Amino acid sequence: MKQILKSCTALTLSLAFTTQVLAQEALKELGKGEGELSIVAWPGYIERGETDKSYDWVTAFEKESGCKVNVKTAATSDEMVALMNEGDFDLVTASGDASLRLVAGKRVQPINTDLIPSWKTIDEHLQDAPWHTVKGVHYGTPYVWGPNVLMYNTEAFKDKPPASWNVVFEEMTLPDGKSNKGRIQAYDGPIHIADAANYLMAHKPDLGIKSPYELNEDQYKAALDLLRVQRTLAGRYWHDAMIQIDDFKNEGVVASGSWPFQVNLLKAENKPIASVVPEEGATGWSDTTMLHVDSAHPNCAYMWMEHSLSPKVQGDVSAWFGANPSVGAACKGNELLTDEGCATNGYNDFDKIKFWRTPVSKCESQSECVPYHRWVSDYIGVIGGR
Amino acid sequence: MSAIAHQQPIVPERSTLTSRVSDFLWKHPHVLLAILLAPPLLWLGIIYLGSLIALLLQSFFSIDDYSGLINYEFTLATYRQLLNEANFDIIVRTVLMAAIVTLVSAVIAFPIAYYAARYARGKWKVFFYLGVMLPLWSSYLVKIYAWKLILAKEGILTWFLTKLNLLWVLDTWLSLPVIGGNSLSVSYTGTFIVFVYVWMPFMILPIQAALERVPANLIEASSDLGGTPQQTFRHVLFPLALPGIVAGSIFTFSLTLGDYIIPQIIGSSRLFIGQAVYAQQGTAGNIPLAAAFTVVPIVIMGFYLWMARRMGAFDAL
Repeated sequence: MKQILKSCTALTLSLAFTTQVLAQEALKELGKGEGELSIVAWPGYIERGETDKSYDWVTAFEKESGCKVNVKTAATSDEMVALMNEGDFDLVTASGDASLRLVAGKRVQPINTDLIPSWKTIDEHLQDAPWHTVKGVHYGTPYVWGPNVLMYNTEAFKDKPPASWNVVFEEMTLPDGKSNKGRIQAYDGPIHIADAANYLMAHKPDLGIKSPYELNEDQYKAALDLLRVQRTLAGRYWHDAMIQIDDFKNEGVVASGSWPFQVNLLKAENKPIASVVPEEGATGWSDTTMLHVDSAHPNCAYMWMEHSLSPKVQGDVSAWFGANPSVGAACKGNELLTDEGCATNGYNDFDKIKFWRTPVSKCESQSECVPYHRWVSDYIGVIGGR
Repeated sequence: MSAIAHQQPIVPERSTLTSRVSDFLWKHPHVLLAILLAPPLLWLGIIYLGSLIALLLQSFFSIDDYSGLINYEFTLATYRQLLNEANFDIIVRTVLMAAIVTLVSAVIAFPIAYYAARYARGKWKVFFYLGVMLPLWSSYLVKIYAWKLILAKEGILTWFLTKLNLLWVLDTWLSLPVIGGNSLSVSYTGTFIVFVYVWMPFMILPIQAALERVPANLIEASSDLGGTPQQTFRHVLFPLALPGIVAGSIFTFSLTLGDYIIPQIIGSSRLFIGQAVYAQQGTAGNIPLAAAFTVVPIVIMGFYLWMARRMGAFDAL
């Protein structure tokens, strides 16, 4: 049995290597579309007008390119990595905590920027962003980016936006006179440890945290302690954007780290909801459209990457998701985003946002950091009350 | 003698292929049996047991802490990880929940099954069957989301209790440690209620089947001999219905042990075994640990079934 298993492993490995040799080279020239394209995306990233007719950036692409788009949504970065590891997908809209893992795991292929005419229009600080560029090689096109905002209920906070993230980390009485206990939520993903670290960066400078994604043992322990306090305050951790929306409506939740997506949907229903980036700054995501190493439809994928960078699509996605475009031109003259949209979504706060990265042991700011798989197991422990 | 032996057969030997195959199979019944049994056995052996063995093997590998890649060498380190505080909590939590859900389901299901088996007749019997089966017809997810709305802090139940001025009962319950919480839908109590609701038909039906097989004259005999209703229940009815209860408990126990959707939507975000498998496999890419977690319910159910067999549960299936 072991022998069979070994030879099977060897066979898979050798297959994997041969395909890599073939695929590690970026595409040289574009051919005809293959008629199909499958994308792993965050919910709300690829809309074909099914939720709201005016938000549709797929139908036109399908007509023009002849590539039928299939979307598989994923709720966390880890799900995205898992889906890409399974294969059978062409593109993924990976955040910074997934993109480098995908590159390191050789699940995505380098792209040839010459085949994407709109590459030149991308904002300069995003063209060579470290979450998709490794040793000068680009592994995808920037899609949109945004902050992890603090969403709050304006009735509970008496219309005064909370100034600090402490409302979700420490027990306190909110402006409506009731405790925040049981009325806050936190993200059900290990990357949330970075939000705690970001809070500690501002409030416990003696810990010497330089980046919330690079923590040594002491800093990491302090962040976990903070999260243990949060556990006593949070009734539930949010995993699915729609369930969080439901919890803000029916569960009496009044404050939580969130995405502008949920804020916009709740606002659209005239709920007393608003969002803010508190004084500590915020973590954020900058997503990259990456191409699977064994993509079966690379031509359609390149066409989509080009399509995704057009100011119209960039503006529409940004308006829908509450994100910011990677192409500056999208900020002006987009009907859905409006000319103020970029400023509202925090386009000018780029420098204040600490973008999601995958924590690794060999980190830049200090000798050794706690790697991601420990974040995963310890966060499970913290949620379990340990 | 020899003349008879050399007689020509009544029907001459046939020569077409199908008839020769047919004759061959008729002469060799074991071959026919093998051909008929091969597909289901292959299915069971390769697809069912094979995948199970592949999974079990994975649990004896380990994950490399640094690269996150799987280290294909035999080790028990992954099983040792199951005994970590956080992981062990998950196992204890799931087994306790499954046990309590099973007990309470049995207590609720017994009177319902008893009525359906003994008293319901004609239309009522149909109504009963429908009532028990109906929840199984709608989607499991729809039911869970419906329960989320019922149990939510600003949900139907709270509204109803407020109207009755009974909200203090709920608040007192929710202020209890462990089983309480901010609202029913984020507490263990909520998870428990939904588990009991969703698995109830699987408990009622086997008990009903067992009760229908208990001869009515035994109960009459018991009272004729001066047994009180309690004594009749304890010494006659319950022992005879026990196989049905155990059969039902196999369903409720194993289903609770493996479920990962109910505790994700209703509950306090503390993981159950099913969720831990999902998180370790899907999120952390730690397939060995996920496999080791999967082995836990298999072992528990192994013991459970062994005990259930001794109590005669399989006679009632």
